[in-house]
Amino acid sequence: MDFALSQEHQLIVRTVREFAEREIIPYAAGWDEQEFIPASVFTSMGELGLFGLPFPEEYGGVDADSLAYALAVEEVSRGSGSLGLSYAAHVSLGTSPFYRFGSEEQKRRWLIPCAQGDMLSAFALTEPNAGSDAGATETTAVLEDDRWVINGSKCFITNGSLADVVILTAVTERGKGHRGISNLIVPTDSEGFRVGSSYHKLGLKGSDTVELFFDDCSVPQENVLGTPGQGFGQFLEILDGGRIGIAAMAVGIAQASLEASLTYARQRVQFGKPIGRFQAIQFKLADMAMEIEMARHATWRAAWLKDQGKPFTKEAAMAKLFASEVSVRAALEAVQIHGGYGYTEEFPVGRYLRDAKLTTIGEGTSEILRLVIARRLQEM
Amino acid sequence: MRIVVCVKQVPETTESAKINPETGTLMREGVASITNPFDMYALEEALRIKEKQEGDHEVVALSMGPPQAQEMLKEALALGCDRAVLLSDRAFAGADTLATAYTLARAIETLGGCDLVLCGKQAVDGDTAQVGPGVAEELDIPHATYVRKIASLSPQAIEVERLVEGGIEQVEMTMPALLTVVKEINEPRLPSLRGIMKAKRMEVTVWDAAELAVDAERVGLAGSPTEVVKVFTPQLEKDTQILEGSPDEQAKQLIHGLRQAGLM
Repeated sequence: MDFALSQEHQLIVRTVREFAEREIIPYAAGWDEQEFIPASVFTSMGELGLFGLPFPEEYGGVDADSLAYALAVEEVSRGSGSLGLSYAAHVSLGTSPFYRFGSEEQKRRWLIPCAQGDMLSAFALTEPNAGSDAGATETTAVLEDDRWVINGSKCFITNGSLADVVILTAVTERGKGHRGISNLIVPTDSEGFRVGSSYHKLGLKGSDTVELFFDDCSVPQENVLGTPGQGFGQFLEILDGGRIGIAAMAVGIAQASLEASLTYARQRVQFGKPIGRFQAIQFKLADMAMEIEMARHATWRAAWLKDQGKPFTKEAAMAKLFASEVSVRAALEAVQIHGGYGYTEEFPVGRYLRDAKLTTIGEGTSEILRLVIARRLQEM
Repeated sequence: MRIVVCVKQVPETTESAKINPETGTLMREGVASITNPFDMYALEEALRIKEKQEGDHEVVALSMGPPQAQEMLKEALALGCDRAVLLSDRAFAGADTLATAYTLARAIETLGGCDLVLCGKQAVDGDTAQVGPGVAEELDIPHATYVRKIASLSPQAIEVERLVEGGIEQVEMTMPALLTVVKEINEPRLPSLRGIMKAKRMEVTVWDAAELAVDAERVGLAGSPTEVVKVFTPQLEKDTQILEGSPDEQAKQLIHGLRQAGLM
């Protein structure tokens, strides 16, 4: 057993952390306030190679692994939860399906530009009436003259208005239940594709989240991802991988909460000494640090299992569930440690709290994840 | 053109360096090692020359140190260096700046020489700024220290701007030459993540004393005349005296006191 990160992994952490210090942290509060992240940020992330981390070189990737990707998501999210979410959504949800299920031609056409950062991708699963119950998808795609004609709508789609391509879940065969669902590749310049309004969210305001509408939107027959009828299994697997990303994002925000709290506890003097010298504050800091460490290790382990080609559904669910709840607790304590100042936008901890909350909801709520874990336990 | 960049692995002391009060040495436990920050500017400058100047160029990162220094050299490879060479041998241990300069110079000769040697202005652990000029002397080539800009560069000559007290000095030298650079020269890049993964597959060449055919009397502790007698944190003492009386009397007392202290 070896708990040490390899030299490359350590160097990746250092590099992404330095990138975050230069290009993310100074701007994160502004992105939150303006509810917008400039495209130039994605360009420099692409140049660094962040989008290609878990993909092989022949498909435009960097040839690292899921662990390296999780480390990068943590560092990006430590700087900005909004950017962390957009990043994780692009790689885990928008790009990895091409790698995992795409035909050779689909990999060449979509995976390469997505891995290199020349294209942004979104994954459209959730619908107004199909959230946790993703099998209740109502969007349909009907084959007419070698083209899929898509009708329906999707909601809460991260990167939806910025994306060049959307991977969409639709019913392609009525009456077959889960076996009638396929994933379709929809370029966003397709006719009949429309971006709806964006949401005014509680947090992660810099991240793009929109509704998508499909009115007789048609794409070529070959735009079905992998085999038709396999969509349900595909998206379950995509979500398993995505949860590692959200777990890492939660750890990153929690780490930012801890670091801000440590700084403040050193500077803030009350009753003649820095508040970090009082046990009440020390206990909070110790609990935060302990929980973050556990959450980080759970996340790394899930990523490691994925890299080993072993089952990781349960571990990814555990990591995401635990890390997201740790992230919310850490951010709450950070606000508490900052007292009145923590409740203002002068300090970043309020933003951390608003950002952390999404991690207990997106890509499987804490409740759904408990079901996923319990189901796996009972299979044994 | 072949450019050799001399780099050194140093303890990361940006937070706070702790000195063991008994031994007077730096406490290295739990302190991470990094590339000497000034050497990052030398690496960046070498890579910029390679990218911008016409022709085929090779950038070689060169270091002397324990086997762990390979990690730092991997980082140099990740940044885009073509090769990395580590001089590592028990015989090299304990080298002062003279022995270090001698050993690095022999390594550059073993490489087959080069057109340009770049170094950081000094290492942040020893702060001597002697190794760069020492290597130039050993190779018998011209050098310029504290370079903030390379104004022109050709296979025959190099023109640089040196940061000197109170101004800028322009120097023209014949090639090959050695420069030590200051942080004003550029903004070092981050390694690309693709570069990191590529460097993983590249080997760092390790040379020992036999490989360099060095004079055993001139390397390591044997070749180091410098003797560190004591390392200590200077004690700042303040002894305040308040002078009393009329201004005239105070002035007299002050002059008397300054004379007694040998300051006047």
